[in-house]
Amino acid sequence: MDISRLTKRSDFAWEIEPRAGMRVPGVIYADEALIRTMDDKVYEQVCNVAKLPGIVQASYAMPDAHWGYGFPIGGVAAFDAAKDGVVSAGGVGFDISCGVRCLHTGLNKNDVEPLNKRLVDALFSQIPCGLGRHGKISLSSEDMDAMLIGGAEWAVSAGYGTTEDLECIEEGGRMAGANPQAVSDKAKNRQREEMGTLGSGNHYLEVQHITEIFDDQVGKMFGLHAGDVVVSIHCGSRGLGHQIGTEFLRAMVIAATEHGIDLPDRELACAPIASPIGESYLGAMRAGINCALANRQIITHLTREVLADVLPKATLTMLYDVSHNTCKVEEHLIDGQRKRLYVHRKGATRAFGPGHPDLPAALQSIGQPVLIGGTMGTASYILVGTKENEALSFSSACHGAGRAMSRHQATRQWRGRDVIAELASRNILVRSPSMRGVAEEAPPAYKDVSAVVEAAHRAGLARKVARLEPMVCIKG
Amino acid sequence: MIPYSEMGQRWEHFPHGADVGIRGVGTSLAGAFEQAALAMTAAIVDPGTVLPVTRIDINCEAPNDELLLVDWLNALIYEMAARQMLFARFSVQIGDHRLSGQAWGERIDPARHQTAVEVKGATYTALHVAKNDDSLWYAECVVDV
Repeated sequence: MDISRLTKRSDFAWEIEPRAGMRVPGVIYADEALIRTMDDKVYEQVCNVAKLPGIVQASYAMPDAHWGYGFPIGGVAAFDAAKDGVVSAGGVGFDISCGVRCLHTGLNKNDVEPLNKRLVDALFSQIPCGLGRHGKISLSSEDMDAMLIGGAEWAVSAGYGTTEDLECIEEGGRMAGANPQAVSDKAKNRQREEMGTLGSGNHYLEVQHITEIFDDQVGKMFGLHAGDVVVSIHCGSRGLGHQIGTEFLRAMVIAATEHGIDLPDRELACAPIASPIGESYLGAMRAGINCALANRQIITHLTREVLADVLPKATLTMLYDVSHNTCKVEEHLIDGQRKRLYVHRKGATRAFGPGHPDLPAALQSIGQPVLIGGTMGTASYILVGTKENEALSFSSACHGAGRAMSRHQATRQWRGRDVIAELASRNILVRSPSMRGVAEEAPPAYKDVSAVVEAAHRAGLARKVARLEPMVCIKG
Repeated sequence: MIPYSEMGQRWEHFPHGADVGIRGVGTSLAGAFEQAALAMTAAIVDPGTVLPVTRIDINCEAPNDELLLVDWLNALIYEMAARQMLFARFSVQIGDHRLSGQAWGERIDPARHQTAVEVKGATYTALHVAKNDDSLWYAECVVDV
């Protein structure tokens, strides 16, 4: 990105002043080096989002922002229904509520390492991943609707996990306002055999160990210590979310025109929040969020079964579960007034600071764990939400590293088998049904996650707490 | 993936950040749509490993050719997901923004099919359908993987 087009507000905040139809400014949180590597499309997309009706304060991009669809990946924007604000299917994307869940194991690296191979093989055989691998659960129509209303709470009531798991999931594990009737039969049909599956692409399950604690006090409060082993699960709402996204994107392209909304990019397909299609999408999208929460809950259960066999001393307890692709109704302070806003986060993580009323009691004094996924060969990070971010980007932070090169380039540069062998030589065991998939996800195909996290930390979006490295990875 | 080319018909991929751009080129609009479908399959798996043993039929209708391309690809994505199939041969007929298509393929066999990604949906990003100066039809967009 041409940095001369931006106005520097600080070393980690850069502004695009409003022009050519923009209702609010654009703000990119990143250091100069990250901005220079960002695609010019990010600039264009931040500007386009700023043109949508009812947008409040600014159109934001997180430090891992890259070229997305309509919104940049790493884009955050909030809309006010009272100002003809919109809800955008493009602003949420296809993989509704794709997110990361992190679980304590109660084990140390030394407990796990001798059993690494048995562990990776057992996880790979028990947790369906990649195309053509079904879950063991097939939902009836009644169960499907109950799952779409109940989310992780439904999964727990069906025997997958415990009620203690729910406390540290956004929305307590159940997104209110879900409407299964707004979800098409096609979307439900796509999901029928997919509960408890990881999917493919950049989705994974990793067993990781903590290599560094940056903040001893918060680390202790989160229950994290150097050498601890955790499990991180990255996946989303699978076929159901994809189909909801597909159908509402098309419907909103047409609805936007009918409502007189001039779309700068068709992918920004949206409709007024206060319209039948806007309400219908919110009901379906919230059902998609519940599907993702239930999916991660079932995978947690499957992981517990594997660990009970391979590492019987392990006790999997929740650190936190964050969602990346969502639109959520939240209260934020705008010009000294509390406003109810529809906050879109596309490839961005909610990052509530201490004292936020929506946090569970145990996290009230600390703030929310912010889980940042890396690649199968690099670090992941746990951060904590800050109070100051309320005024920076509606309490939002980055979600990962972001790709540095296309999948096509990656397959030309690496072979899956070589990537797996190289990682094995570093004691990182990877299992995947697809060698081509592994090549496309080769660690150097991603940007430096540490630089992204450092920028988020220095910008005040969230504060670094712990650094993790993978030991075992199941890749879809 | 090595692009396939025959009698002016071909497919190719173009880069898009985290995802994949697919392009079908044909001597007719319908031919470009067939090639775009093949390009989408190639983003998932080597089409040469997919046997065209089962046929499914697809019908869609859209206000313009670009939306029709997205609808055609999304209909295929749905059939792949719901039937757990991959497709390697396509036939398309188009008239008056109505598409009637056939796709031949088989059920996914993880032992034989090295699937790289699952396509979540066809997008409106870099969506373009037109007859170019070379008299060939181009049908392209980015698919989210």
